[in-house]
Amino acid sequence: MAKNPVESQIASGAGEREKLAPETGQPLLGRVSRRSFLSHVGAAGIAATAPPIFASASPKAAPAVDAPPTDGVKDAVPITLRINGKEHNLTLDPRTTLLDCLRENLNMPGTKKGCDHGQCGACTVHVNGRRVNSCLSFALMHSMDEITTIEGIGQPDNLHPMQAAFVEHDGYQCGYCTSGQIMSAVALFKEPVGPTDEDVKQAMYGNICRCGAYSNIVAAVQSARKRA
Amino acid sequence: MDTFQFSRPTTVDQAVQLGAASSTAQQSAEVRFVAGGTTLIDLMKLSVERPKQIVDINVLPLDQIQPAPGGGLIIGALARNSDVAHNPTVQRDYPVLSQALLSGASPQLRNMATTGGNLLQRTRCVYFRDTAHACNKREPGTGCSAIDGHNRTLAILGTSKDCIATNPSDQNVALTALEATIQVQGTKGKRNIPIHDFYLLPGSTPNRETVLEPGDVILSVTLPPPVAGAKSHYLKLRDRAAYEFALASAAVVLKLNGKRIEYARIALGGVGTRPWRSLEAEQALKGSSVDAASFRRAADEALKGARPASENGFKVELAKRCIVRALTLSTTMA
Repeated sequence: MAKNPVESQIASGAGEREKLAPETGQPLLGRVSRRSFLSHVGAAGIAATAPPIFASASPKAAPAVDAPPTDGVKDAVPITLRINGKEHNLTLDPRTTLLDCLRENLNMPGTKKGCDHGQCGACTVHVNGRRVNSCLSFALMHSMDEITTIEGIGQPDNLHPMQAAFVEHDGYQCGYCTSGQIMSAVALFKEPVGPTDEDVKQAMYGNICRCGAYSNIVAAVQSARKRA
Repeated sequence: MDTFQFSRPTTVDQAVQLGAASSTAQQSAEVRFVAGGTTLIDLMKLSVERPKQIVDINVLPLDQIQPAPGGGLIIGALARNSDVAHNPTVQRDYPVLSQALLSGASPQLRNMATTGGNLLQRTRCVYFRDTAHACNKREPGTGCSAIDGHNRTLAILGTSKDCIATNPSDQNVALTALEATIQVQGTKGKRNIPIHDFYLLPGSTPNRETVLEPGDVILSVTLPPPVAGAKSHYLKLRDRAAYEFALASAAVVLKLNGKRIEYARIALGGVGTRPWRSLEAEQALKGSSVDAASFRRAADEALKGARPASENGFKVELAKRCIVRALTLSTTMA
């Protein structure tokens, strides 16, 4: 057995994947996406770094994923959500936030989970045309709403003008906050926001960028607003 | 997060009935209403709130902002903070409320948070939010970790030996200065509660924050007619210029008669265990001249009863300067 629990868990994760490999016969590493690799490392990383005291202190330790797909979950509730113009019929654990529903149940990972407490803005989506933090809302609260995510704003071959402006002005570094930044920036077109850079900074302060790409973000937002 | 039953009533009567099944409407309520979700869901993720049932009241017809009979304004409990802040009547007649709302949270949160939910916003005391620590507000009888702990941001007015948690809202400070009343429907019918009577001091039961009982649904907040000729201002002082809770804030409404102050309403935020109306400051101002000395005298009166903890003594002077500055701005700005 490997001494390093991270290694052993990656190995066991890879082992599960290996059983699937014969379907395509592709080499294992070629089939592991960045997302699935990170999710394996993430779960193993938590196990490896948690001090022993937590193991006994909290029998109900939070799972790595808040709201996995919920077939068979007690108290699961059927709901139809309208997202980017398309209806989705789901059965959800009531605890599922709108954010987790998008990412985990609908496989729409463009909306990001940052703080998960409404403080960073990475999870910003539009509900009925208004920007909100999708992490602080249960999905079940949105059965009558029109939800728009970054996937509904534009696509790689057909960028929204705000997305194009972020590319042009280099409005990001690592990119993790970017979809939330863009969803907020697109919402500004409908909000009472003054014309100056200072006005844009005030209107965008609900979106944190740890890389500090703020000046380029302001430039991108201003350039898209001027063209609109 | 613990699991819960989810329901979505379509009438207030149904919501009252569902809420009435709870043993309390205060901390640890088994049934919780959810509107914007920005406080409740945050606290559920922290296991500070663990309701067995969530009642989603978002489809109730309580989102209107409309004139009150005989003057004044009725703000529906489900009116979003952003809608209230940008409402033309609020901006014209009650600018102090618009300023307070726009100084709080973020644009996204203001699009979610409601008038009624903001009334019930919970403290940001770190010990209340962390179940690893003792907290009389979260778990009565366990003690207060803040009194001998990190208390720089906590209250200096209205505290008790059991709790020094600050009420974090900006909206409620403005509503207090405006003498709002809160309309509630409960199991025994409807009633009006002046905002001054809505919040409880912590005393020995800091888990009880308001006079709400199981089943009570906040319907609306009513503002009295604007005081003709009065000026107002909301000033918020904090560690950074945006997206932060107040260390001290002041909502002032002032009416002058020549060189004398005829009418004054003063409410403070960031320093009290509840939105803090200062009758002492108002009395000191009434009839006095409009100058820095009068403002300072009123500020001294407002903070007379302050009882700072180990780290927040600076708030006494900060709150005084906040009052003086807000009064000065209200009388000098157009």
